Amino acid sequence: MRNYKNVIAAYSIMIFLIILVGIFQSWSIALTILNYCLISAVMTIGANIQWGYAGLINFGIMGYTALGGLAVVLVSVEPVKKAWQVGGLNILACIWIIVAIIFVVKFILKRFDKSKLRNYSVASVILGGIILLRVTAAPGIEAIESVDPARTGFLGGMGLPVLFSWIFGALLAGSLAFVIGKIALGLRADYLAIATLLIAEIIVSIIKHEEWLARGVKNVIGLKRPAPYEIDLQTSEWFINLVTKFNSSKLNLINSISDKQEALNQMVIDASSVYVKLCFTGLFLTVVIILLIVTQKALYSPWGRKMRAIRDNEEAASAMGKNIVKEHLFIFILGSAIVGLAGAMMVTNDGLFTPGSYRPMRYTFVIWVMVIVGGTGNNFGAILGGFVVWFLWVEAAPIALFLINLFTSHLPETNAVRVHLIESAPYFRFLVIGIGLLLIMRYRPQGIIPEKIIKQ
Amino acid sequence: MDFLNAIIVLFNFTVIPALAYGSQLALGAIFVTLIYAVLRFANFATGDMMSFGTMFAVILTYYFQSLGFGLGVLPTALLTIPFAVLMMILYMLIIDKFVFSYYRIKKSPPVQFAMVSVGVMFVTQALIRIIIGPSDRRFLDGEKFIIKATEFKEMTGLAEGITLKSTQAITIIVTLIVVSIMFWFLNRTKTGTSMRAYSDNEDLALLSGIDPKRVVLITWVIAGILATIGGVLYGLDKSYRPFVYFNNMLPIFAAAIVGGIGNPFGAFLGGYVIAFAEIFVTYAYKRFISYLLPEHLEPDSLLQLLSTDYKFAVSFSILVIVLLIRPSGIFKGKVI
Repeated sequence: MRNYKNVIAAYSIMIFLIILVGIFQSWSIALTILNYCLISAVMTIGANIQWGYAGLINFGIMGYTALGGLAVVLVSVEPVKKAWQVGGLNILACIWIIVAIIFVVKFILKRFDKSKLRNYSVASVILGGIILLRVTAAPGIEAIESVDPARTGFLGGMGLPVLFSWIFGALLAGSLAFVIGKIALGLRADYLAIATLLIAEIIVSIIKHEEWLARGVKNVIGLKRPAPYEIDLQTSEWFINLVTKFNSSKLNLINSISDKQEALNQMVIDASSVYVKLCFTGLFLTVVIILLIVTQKALYSPWGRKMRAIRDNEEAASAMGKNIVKEHLFIFILGSAIVGLAGAMMVTNDGLFTPGSYRPMRYTFVIWVMVIVGGTGNNFGAILGGFVVWFLWVEAAPIALFLINLFTSHLPETNAVRVHLIESAPYFRFLVIGIGLLLIMRYRPQGIIPEKIIKQ
Repeated sequence: MDFLNAIIVLFNFTVIPALAYGSQLALGAIFVTLIYAVLRFANFATGDMMSFGTMFAVILTYYFQSLGFGLGVLPTALLTIPFAVLMMILYMLIIDKFVFSYYRIKKSPPVQFAMVSVGVMFVTQALIRIIIGPSDRRFLDGEKFIIKATEFKEMTGLAEGITLKSTQAITIIVTLIVVSIMFWFLNRTKTGTSMRAYSDNEDLALLSGIDPKRVVLITWVIAGILATIGGVLYGLDKSYRPFVYFNNMLPIFAAAIVGGIGNPFGAFLGGYVIAFAEIFVTYAYKRFISYLLPEHLEPDSLLQLLSTDYKFAVSFSILVIVLLIRPSGIFKGKVI
């Protein structure tokens, strides 16, 4: 039990902080933060599998997150029948062309020996295929995008319940990771970081600009939810009764009936948003706990030991007969799939898909800071990192504002320095995160909760 | 005549912008590559360091303008570069002293350095936004154009004109001057040779009496000069926006790796390779072709290989292809 003391202490502090936000700001904000903390925790579990278990540096987290988000649109949105009628055939044809290109290239690579001729023929097949793709796709894309462009203008999805998209998001991200892993995993660590960073940027720019797929920068709003809507709750009998029951003591203090009704209405509105967020919290918590149990089991299984062996000494592990390339690829896919799952969860939570908002700062580097700060190679640490860093990321601005006001309170309201500082309060989050990362890297490089090797 | 027109269209819309953009990338790429060669890590704070230097130039430009200083037809920003460079070098040395030197002495793996530079990136970005704010700033003054399209048309009697912005000319000229001085320094002076020796083999360099502290110091000084000048030139040409500089880091990395990371000359050419590729692939060739072909053959479509939305994607794809086929870059850089 002594071993877990610091873990329990760290988590208690974190929960206490979130409760403080609930008391001082509002419960709705506290739950929003908690939900995002949980989503971040899933991302850090994914990143931690790659970095902590296997030592793979993946700066492409943004790409997988965006793919997970795309999965939500592709799965849960109702199909746009008209778009399928006018351009569906072209898109399906394109998919077949892509498959054909891949098979032809594979065939050439397999059947012919390495030579200049082979390289040229592969290049010409790919180039010819791309031209063919463009010719086939162009009329279809134009037709699809002109179908009611203000509201749809894309193919839509499959119209399935939104929870399926979480699985689909993981699958999508995993399969992309397979391709990228095949290409890039042979590179040295920092090259891999740069390559994955840039590949993620390519993925996001494709999602942004291919409007037939998911409306691109025009965004998809009003996605399905696995939780009830606030409006429905506010009009349902049982929910109002529940709120009345919870707040009966407060309501009894109010005498006039009209005031009472008004207070109750306000409470119902507040409570409905809290209730919806609690539903999400429940779902996310389930995912985090399942992932935690699975990853924890994996970490201390023979497989986990093998991964650590490969991480710590590739040559020795290789000499022991472990297939390093295969294991690296596998763990790359696994981690990316979990990040994809988190991306899908996040879009479900927001209820909208905004490709323009995917920026490497927020979706790659902050996640990495979470992993490093929390503790690499330790799942509890990674999750804690997700909580701590996300909390700081959100609360840094209000805290900075408070401190600025405190330290400049002797200055007049119109003092230029004070006004400027107050205006730039939101940017203190970068400062806090950056300095936090630098301090942790310097004085506690193994993270808040370091990796623990249990001897068996 | 039509042939001449076609050439001029191509020159005006692709070659000139690509040369200017390529010069800006080249300066950044040499910065990345120098840090990689001597200090041995991929500096993820590149874009923000360039932005930091530019920020000083912007502030000083505003200050000089308020004082009434100026260079007449040339932008005032050129006058501020030396001061901005000094501030930048100071900032870099402070960062090195408090952050990087610890890991250098400990001989940490490059990955750790990269993560530390991510921390520096966050801090730099925060400082920039706190000091100058995230908004878009134009600080170009003086003459805007050297040749205007209409003047060119009058002069030559051609149907197409060439527009040469003064910022483009300044960018190309300044880049050539800076880069040639730098190559002269690296190849011909004793300090430059010692830097290259340190980069090739640290232990041997130490054995032959090269002072590592001095090499590191000189590297940061050169890096500061390159970063600031590259950043100011980019800001003059487009406009100064901190967010854009962070994004520019990605093609800069691509340029450095395509040219062979650790090889300054490769990085220099890599910048142009990336810039030309980006612009040639996303340029709509309709006007160019329509001059060359007889009238009835004129194409209907824009004849664009990829839409301009994919500008960045092009350079990243080139990078991926280079990494796949020749991971050491076009000009052999450090062996990976």
